[in-house]
Amino acid sequence: MTAVIETAAADAAGQGAEPIRPVGRAGVVLRRFVRNRGALAGGVVLLLLFLLAFVGPLVSPWDYAHIDYSALREGPSADHWWGTNRIGQDVFAQTVRGLQKSLVIGLLVALFSTVLASLVGACAGYFGGWTDRVLMFFVDLLLVFPSFLIIAIVSPRLRGGGWFAFVALLAVFGWMITARVVRSMTLSLKEREFVRAARYMGVGPFRIIWRHVVPNIASFLIIDATIAVGGAVMSETALSYFGFGVQAPDVSLGTLIASTTGAAVTYPWMFFFAAGLLIVFVLAVNLVGDGLRDAIDPTSRRKGTTS
Amino acid sequence: MAAYLAKRLGYYAVLLLVAVCLSYLLSSLALDPRAYYEGRQPPLSPAAVDHHLTALGVNDHEPLTTRFLRWAGHAVRGDLGQTIDGTPVGAEFGRRIGVSLRLLLLGTVAGTVIGVLAGAWTAVRQYRISDRVVTLASFALLSTPVFLLAVLLKIGAIWFNQTTGTEVIRFTGEKSPGVDSGFWAVFKDRGVHLLLPTVSIALGTIAGYSRYQRSTMLDVLGSDYLRTAQAKGLTRRTALLRHGLRTALIPMSTYFSYGFLALFTGATFTETIFGWHGMGEWFVSSIGKNDVNSVVAVNVFAAVVVLLSGFLADVLHAALDPRIRHA
Repeated sequence: MTAVIETAAADAAGQGAEPIRPVGRAGVVLRRFVRNRGALAGGVVLLLLFLLAFVGPLVSPWDYAHIDYSALREGPSADHWWGTNRIGQDVFAQTVRGLQKSLVIGLLVALFSTVLASLVGACAGYFGGWTDRVLMFFVDLLLVFPSFLIIAIVSPRLRGGGWFAFVALLAVFGWMITARVVRSMTLSLKEREFVRAARYMGVGPFRIIWRHVVPNIASFLIIDATIAVGGAVMSETALSYFGFGVQAPDVSLGTLIASTTGAAVTYPWMFFFAAGLLIVFVLAVNLVGDGLRDAIDPTSRRKGTTS
Repeated sequence: MAAYLAKRLGYYAVLLLVAVCLSYLLSSLALDPRAYYEGRQPPLSPAAVDHHLTALGVNDHEPLTTRFLRWAGHAVRGDLGQTIDGTPVGAEFGRRIGVSLRLLLLGTVAGTVIGVLAGAWTAVRQYRISDRVVTLASFALLSTPVFLLAVLLKIGAIWFNQTTGTEVIRFTGEKSPGVDSGFWAVFKDRGVHLLLPTVSIALGTIAGYSRYQRSTMLDVLGSDYLRTAQAKGLTRRTALLRHGLRTALIPMSTYFSYGFLALFTGATFTETIFGWHGMGEWFVSSIGKNDVNSVVAVNVFAAVVVLLSGFLADVLHAALDPRIRHA
């Protein structure tokens, strides 16, 4: 819509001059996103953090589990860039490794929970009746307990399953609120002409959901998945902090923060790199999510919008 | 309105029942009390381990259904069984519930009221410096996990105490040992201990609510009825408070019931980090001990609190929105 207006305006202005290249939707979204300074900064920071997490371990001379007995509790130096911890492990190597783990967990959890939410929400909204009632009762049931409690209870059983079991668990308890929004969006889409036309032409319900409903809520899903990455990283670090998440010898930002909290005042480098990266990462994700919302859906004036 | 609320209450009762049953089954399957007794020093004989487990009603040699039915039979009569250390769960529950409720109540009230006011205020002052500062601060707070916020506050307090060489900010536990005489001394001591935990759980709530409230308030600000209210002679302030804020609060009631989940989790972290002996701290230590009965008791508490807050949100919604009240 805006794209049409923008090209029309450009058309009027540039009459007779060089030919006008029409701007596609992707182009408009990208342009709006880049114009938002906060979102752009968030995007750049995210890119840098990913570089740090995946290239950092390659350029660091130390392995995250290696113990350097000649350097205990040493401050940052040319040898150990971010210093060493209480048993002589390199803080840089540990932090980038933890960052990598937290990022991967956050991305996977957001992906899985968004897929689950759109599936359940779209089915509940589209089929209605008893399907809707049963699915929504299930959603309400999962919302009765803070997910932290349930994940903490189940976590001792999953120690052997490794971090992927942890990802599955976080995803299973992170999709409910999104599913509710998807359901209500589906309810109104269901009555639209193109869905009805498809139905009267004999297209099956799952095909309609996949071909007509999901593409129409895709922009919401993209925004929601972005924000969910930040939420997932926050849950992961909190659970790991209390020992219910990533298990030693593996590290995540949560376990790093837990093991160095006591030393934060005396040996700040052990604590503040991990804590700072965590905050910067979630902040960047939130800024990007917000920028995406403005760029994809300029009519919505939802939380966090400043323009 | 009464019919609507009664229907919601009935639904919540069913949810609570199912949720509590599921949480017992889940805890029994996931936790392993046998490991707790077998790991004891000096080691217990297998017969003694069995004896202890049977006394608690959590012996895994019994079928799960038998254990569950016995537990449920006691639970309906208000008996939640015994902790793994042999004390009644009910007594422990009673001791800790006050601690958690104090923290939750203060956090909720402070967080909601300040958050709503801050949001409404920044909406009225959109794009001014104050709006931008509050927006930036709430973004930063929303990006800090609650546990990290609590840890940072604690570190800040330690640093402050060390630098000034005083003990102004006390943050371990609910009160200092030895201070129990004199109303003002106790009041001051408790207040100082409350400061950091309350701040750490309220800040996130304030940040979240102020964002939501700002956007719902912005939607209301340009509306015709607000102009009408001012045209009929109300001052801008009265019109904003009575007609603007009230309407802008309606969508907030939904966020309130979801927000409470986060608040409860936040209280769990806060209690554990600041050494308050409340329900959250009990939960974390019970999982470490594989204590099925205690874990279920905390779950019951969490479910009741969450559903009550959901019900409160429904009442609020009905009270604010005439379309529901007269439906």
